[in-house]
Amino acid sequence: MTTTSVGARKPVRRGAGALPSDGAPNRRRRQLGDLRVALVFVAPALVGFVLFYLVPTVRGVYLSFTDYDLFSNPVWVGLANYIKIFQDKLFWNAMGVTTEYVLLNIGFQTVIALGLALLMYHVTRSTLVRGILLMPYLVANVVVALLWFWMLDYQIGIVNEILQWIGLPRVAFFGNDQWAIPTIAFVNVWRNMGYTALLLFAGLQAIPKHVYEVAALDGANRWKTFWKITIPLLRPVLLLVLVVTITGSFQIFDTVAVTTKGGPVNATRVIQYFIYQKAFSDQEFGYASALSVILFIILAIIAFLQMKILRGNENDLD
Amino acid sequence: MKKALGAVAVAAAAALALSACTSGSNQASSKGDASGTINYWLWDANQLPAYQQCADDFHKANPNITVKVTQTGWNDYWGNLTNSLVAGNGPDVFTDHLSKFGDFVKNHEILPIDDAVKTDNIDLNQYQPGLADLWVGSDGKRYGLPKDWDTVALFYNKDMLAKAGISDSAMQSLNWNPQDGGSFEKVIAHLTVDKNGKRGDEPGFDKNNVATYGFGLDGSGSGIGQTEWSFLTGTTGWNYTNKNPWGTQYNYNDPKFQQTIAWYKGLIDKGYMPKLETTVGASEPDDFGAGKSAINVNGDWLLSQYKGYKGINLGLAPTPTGPDGKRASMFNGLADSINAATKNPAASTKWVEYLASSACQDVVASHAVVFPAIKEATDKAAAAFKAKGTDVTPFTQQVKDGTTFLMPITNNAAKINDIMQPAMDSVMSGKAPVSSLTDANNQVNALFQQ
Repeated sequence: MTTTSVGARKPVRRGAGALPSDGAPNRRRRQLGDLRVALVFVAPALVGFVLFYLVPTVRGVYLSFTDYDLFSNPVWVGLANYIKIFQDKLFWNAMGVTTEYVLLNIGFQTVIALGLALLMYHVTRSTLVRGILLMPYLVANVVVALLWFWMLDYQIGIVNEILQWIGLPRVAFFGNDQWAIPTIAFVNVWRNMGYTALLLFAGLQAIPKHVYEVAALDGANRWKTFWKITIPLLRPVLLLVLVVTITGSFQIFDTVAVTTKGGPVNATRVIQYFIYQKAFSDQEFGYASALSVILFIILAIIAFLQMKILRGNENDLD
Repeated sequence: MKKALGAVAVAAAAALALSACTSGSNQASSKGDASGTINYWLWDANQLPAYQQCADDFHKANPNITVKVTQTGWNDYWGNLTNSLVAGNGPDVFTDHLSKFGDFVKNHEILPIDDAVKTDNIDLNQYQPGLADLWVGSDGKRYGLPKDWDTVALFYNKDMLAKAGISDSAMQSLNWNPQDGGSFEKVIAHLTVDKNGKRGDEPGFDKNNVATYGFGLDGSGSGIGQTEWSFLTGTTGWNYTNKNPWGTQYNYNDPKFQQTIAWYKGLIDKGYMPKLETTVGASEPDDFGAGKSAINVNGDWLLSQYKGYKGINLGLAPTPTGPDGKRASMFNGLADSINAATKNPAASTKWVEYLASSACQDVVASHAVVFPAIKEATDKAAAAFKAKGTDVTPFTQQVKDGTTFLMPITNNAAKINDIMQPAMDSVMSGKAPVSSLTDANNQVNALFQQ
């Protein structure tokens, strides 16, 4: 997203300068002439987008205004689902739980990944280390979740055996309502940090060396260089990473589905699992669609704010 | 090319319209062309070999029909089933559960079989009393033929009891009440041992560092508590609903129910039963197998698993008698239902009838994994268990004495579970008092008002 906008700006500026000499009709024919070829190239992505994103999204928005149980036809109910949602204690609980998860997950994941990226950049550039860092990400989500589910088991899990051996009390990582969300957040930090670190590492490599040399000549120390050079120049990449990971983090589902299933009580009933439950176990597809639409709007607002506040489409190198 | 496609589309639409017509007020029947392959689903891996043999025998008797058996674990079974029924590629015949079939009937997803039962002269009295009637829906139609039944009993570790000086015969005559727990609680307390070797009924017992719990915990039991607390509530005169089957009002607000749950939760507070949080992801039988608990309540369907633990000397006893002086066990049964969208109703009906016949149920009996529904087959299964060295009287006795009660069969099962699971979890983890179940009960009953 951000990388293309960085590259795209300059040609546009040049194009704008070259325009007046050419006639407008000529330009128009060129555009139409390109259209067919362009469509051919765009078609595969377009078909996929329309079929798997646009149509289901529009249909989902429609279903959110209906009462639909999958077996009889949808019945139009207007805003009834939305009104019900705002009065639903479980919805607000789900929002709270999901927010807690996102804060823990993204907070730790981003800081640790940045640290790893800096280590890779400054200490070792070995491909082997990079490969090892990526390994948890290559394991399927469900497998990662089950692996930690077993290792963190209260009675027979290896982590609790070690805790006891050290002399600490056993912890019901997934069963205790205080521990459950942090545990799930940690499992996904462990899985994703290597991948996030690689993305940030690529961003670090894109920062021109001469900027650092100038900073060194000016006598800036490491700390100052990090905050005044690295972070500002890494911002577009960091933002891309944040938009993608936060959006993904809000959609936490699989780890919950294979471990706590929303429990204990409602402690891990995150929004996606709540939607799934409403749709596939209660067969309230209208209500579930309305929940999905709300989640969609929330994610769109968050992404928009991030872009605005962090100025993701600008690069300080310009 | 375009024309051909159009023709295919028209044909497909016609076929769809036709099948939609036929599945309207359809009844299953074994008449008509009974051939081809039918898909059959079940969830219990322990029973798979027995039913595979039934399928093979059935194919020998009906060479035109092949039955493909698919087994999926309980946790995935119902989600997969709903999704595949909606997608139109569900199994022709599947194992159905009493707590679920009301929703299938409501959505017209399964076929009634009254006509087939009449025309094929199926004797409904050959089954254990009451089992066949369970499968009559709220619309008065029959949706399944009973295949098996189950009850619960106490599974205990004989070596631990011997060490504690409790005899096997004492286990056979325990009593319980919701006030002080009767001799049942005394036994549980005595079997609980802390890290220092102190027993639960001795002074100085450290309830925060328990090595072996007297009583195992599977979970909070949600709204049913089949293997958790139903054997206790059943002795207090409490009923789940105003009538069963097809009740429209639940009774979780009843003091008799709430007192029982309070006593049950008390076992955790006293350190005799593990905390609820430790059961997430854990398996009660596995913890029993690892020597972490001395007594479990569980169903006969887990007998082979409990028997399989190395180094565990397994004992069985009937559940304790309660305030009414009698024992109680939930009596649950399974049946096979026919998918309303099956392309092969005749073959599916034949297969369902075969599963409910003594030909198949005797085969199941010989595998000694579960009790078949036909009375004679039940006896054969008991004999097969005996031959394997297990006396299953604690399970069969409740049926003989008539001390069983039925699982609540109502509509809205999935939504009730969504309300009762968190509600019971809250109570069992000490986050809410038992009186909070009254509020949950109101939510449940509101479902029937819509």
